Amino acid sequence: MKPARSYLLPSILVTLLCCWPAGIVAIVYATRARKRWQAGEYGRAAEAAERARIWCWVSVGLGLPVALLGLAAVMSGDPAGQVAGVVRDVIRLGSFFVANRREVTSLALQHLLLVAVATGAAAIVGVPVGVLLTRQRWLSKPVLAVANIFQTVPSLALFGFLIPLLGSHGIGRVPAIIALFLYSLLPIIRNTFTGILGVDPAVREAARGMGMTDWQLLIQVELPLAMSVIIAGLRVATVISVGTATIAAAIGAGGLGMYIFRGLRMYDNILILAGAVPAALMALAADFTLGLIEKVIAPETSRRKRLWVLVLMAAGVLILGAALFVISLGRPDDQRPSQDVAGSEVSPGARVVVGSKDFTEQFILGEIVAQTIETKTGISVERQFNLGGDLCHRAMLAGNVDAYVEYSGTAFTAILKHQPLSDARAVFDQVRSDYGERFNLEVLEPLGFSSTFAILIRGDVARRLNLKTISDAARYAPEWHAAFGQDFMSRQDGYPGLAKAYDLSFADVPREMDLALTYRALADGQVDFIAGNSTDGLIEKLDLYQLEDDRHYFPPYEAAIVMRKDTLARFPQIAEALKALAGKITDSDMRRMNYAVDAEHRDVKQVAREFLSAIKH
Amino acid sequence: MVQTPQDGESEAVVEFRDVSLLASRGRPIVSQLSFTVTRGETLVLLGRSGSGKTTTLKLVNRLLEPTSGEVIVEGRPTSEWDAIRLRRRIGYVIQETGLFPHFTVARNIALVPKLERWPEEQIRERIRGLLALVGLDPGVFASRYPRELSGGQRQRVGVARALAADPPIILMDEPFGALDPLTRAELQREFAELTARLNKTIVFVTHDVREALKLASRIGLFRDGRLAVLDTPAKFARSGDEEAVAFLDSLGGATE
Repeated sequence: MKPARSYLLPSILVTLLCCWPAGIVAIVYATRARKRWQAGEYGRAAEAAERARIWCWVSVGLGLPVALLGLAAVMSGDPAGQVAGVVRDVIRLGSFFVANRREVTSLALQHLLLVAVATGAAAIVGVPVGVLLTRQRWLSKPVLAVANIFQTVPSLALFGFLIPLLGSHGIGRVPAIIALFLYSLLPIIRNTFTGILGVDPAVREAARGMGMTDWQLLIQVELPLAMSVIIAGLRVATVISVGTATIAAAIGAGGLGMYIFRGLRMYDNILILAGAVPAALMALAADFTLGLIEKVIAPETSRRKRLWVLVLMAAGVLILGAALFVISLGRPDDQRPSQDVAGSEVSPGARVVVGSKDFTEQFILGEIVAQTIETKTGISVERQFNLGGDLCHRAMLAGNVDAYVEYSGTAFTAILKHQPLSDARAVFDQVRSDYGERFNLEVLEPLGFSSTFAILIRGDVARRLNLKTISDAARYAPEWHAAFGQDFMSRQDGYPGLAKAYDLSFADVPREMDLALTYRALADGQVDFIAGNSTDGLIEKLDLYQLEDDRHYFPPYEAAIVMRKDTLARFPQIAEALKALAGKITDSDMRRMNYAVDAEHRDVKQVAREFLSAIKH
Repeated sequence: MVQTPQDGESEAVVEFRDVSLLASRGRPIVSQLSFTVTRGETLVLLGRSGSGKTTTLKLVNRLLEPTSGEVIVEGRPTSEWDAIRLRRRIGYVIQETGLFPHFTVARNIALVPKLERWPEEQIRERIRGLLALVGLDPGVFASRYPRELSGGQRQRVGVARALAADPPIILMDEPFGALDPLTRAELQREFAELTARLNKTIVFVTHDVREALKLASRIGLFRDGRLAVLDTPAKFARSGDEEAVAFLDSLGGATE
């Protein structure tokens, strides 16, 4: 897919969805303004005219990009091709939804559940706290300050804090709900507080003067009158939560973020949209629904109108319910869900948790480990995939994950903080003994392949300048821009050492960004030099060239399964089962499987299953 | 020249005994107030803005409590009353009406009877009676919301609400202050008739000397937190007090 079009599709979708309604709203207000002017209600006419003017601009602001994009399509010399591409994307998105309707529904429901539980709890806690603040005014500053601080903590950082704090519940839904809960508190508390303080003082004075107790004043007067402000706070909290919940996929909480993360990793716009579009629709729907509720309970709403809105909402709920029912009745998905995201089937007996980091190769390896345990031992496996940074390791220490695949070099330098070594065997042995002593973790025999950092440039550049090694490329580096994943920028065996080893310097400081996005940035020509994974399927797919590490800077990264020792003691049969994988996955096996998932968009489970049946025979 | 009527039959319903209230920084808001309000009279508290009239009113239903001295209502100091019980025996009308915007007129009027758990049927009767009493057609107005009423209609509802549980005492804080002159005159006339009929003890705050002269059985003139004059309207006009003269002079020119 050409990168230029990747922005085209979402913008056109959004603008088409928005600019026409905005225009219609503008016309409605303009007509109303005219009528009021004729009726001599000049003040209200001016008000309506003002609204019409605003909506006019909204409409123009949304419509203009469509026009410009259309123009761009025409100017590109291949308007038909561009339009056809967009149409093809829309069809692909649609057919993705149809083919994966069950998974989409279940992810959307998970997403909804996270948001509903978190904001519901925040409302249950936040409203009383807000009320308390109006009674004990001196508390308001410190409490609002604390709630404010929660809101400013970046979500990934908050997840990182929560893992050790929550022990055995450190990953999955619990920390996600807690984080969303903390984010939702501020708007709810603040709006309850200001809403109640905003009640007309004359009303409050009259109520007290007529002998209402504080409780009666609160329940009968202040809360009803502040309700619209409180619900506005709830609306803000809900919309924030729907957005933030997408990030919860990083700690295995599921939800629509799974698609977004997976899409980013796999360079697949359709997958990103498959997560983003339903999430955006959910945010809009939640906002709209709460807006309706606000209207229904507003004191100025007439009883008749209230009834109508209630009927409308009931109908909406019924239709939604019926739709979900029909979807769940339908045949199983043509394509099996690519990951077991539910992770909630609790079998009473034996169960272990397999984790994975947050990129394709790790999904495949996690799936291979999980399927091996399932088929050979019958123990049921819960998958906690897509854990970013060193969350896998931390989750192992906290007892949330029993096994995952780690790379010896990463363990050696990033986790154990040793100086990089180039002797593969020495590194592995050191890791194995240190893990046993320091973490009580068992490192099983290497799987066979080693996945090292791959210094990548665009294929056409490599061919044009005839570049083979990093030393070759170092001469051109001063004119280039570089981008690296967050961990490469900071780790022992990452950029600082690489720059020293090859005397590298770039046109500016290398940009630090998400690893998957560095591939896009390189392919799109926004940067010229990145560090990827040597086994990555995207290297082939995007026509990238891996420069040879001619000074042997990078330590070896042999992949091996890490397990908790107490899990092995409980289920000795697992060690037996996993032995079959030792030395079985070669470099080319891994690259082939990565390519199958990243470039051919094949299902991770399926790819893993095929590999396992191939090594059996 | 503070003075209490020694009329043998009159019974003190509200009595201020050397009452002072200091602001948080020690500045007196009202100081050394001593006067009585007798059953059935309409005492109008007159004065400039900030002279302490409204504060005095709030001392009666214990929205404020005196720093020194005591306020006695129906024979007991307010400090000994349960504040809620006390307030339910005292009707309260304020300039902004304080009607609950989310309640219909009927529910607004029913407020205190509901708090006092009157039977439903009796409450309905009462609402009808009171709306008729303040000159509003119950069939038309009972189900309306305050925002659907004019300023004058709102004040009528405010008065009806204050009368709802038949309290012996009614406090009114510039109830007609925000109305246009015609409506105000109309309501003042009706109010005078009403009080004559109901035999309530009324403490009424205003800065409009015309209104004071029209409605009061006695006028209490406030200046800087003190009661400067307390006398019948006729004697008030002849009192010669500087502030009273200033107020009476204002009658000549501006009719507001």
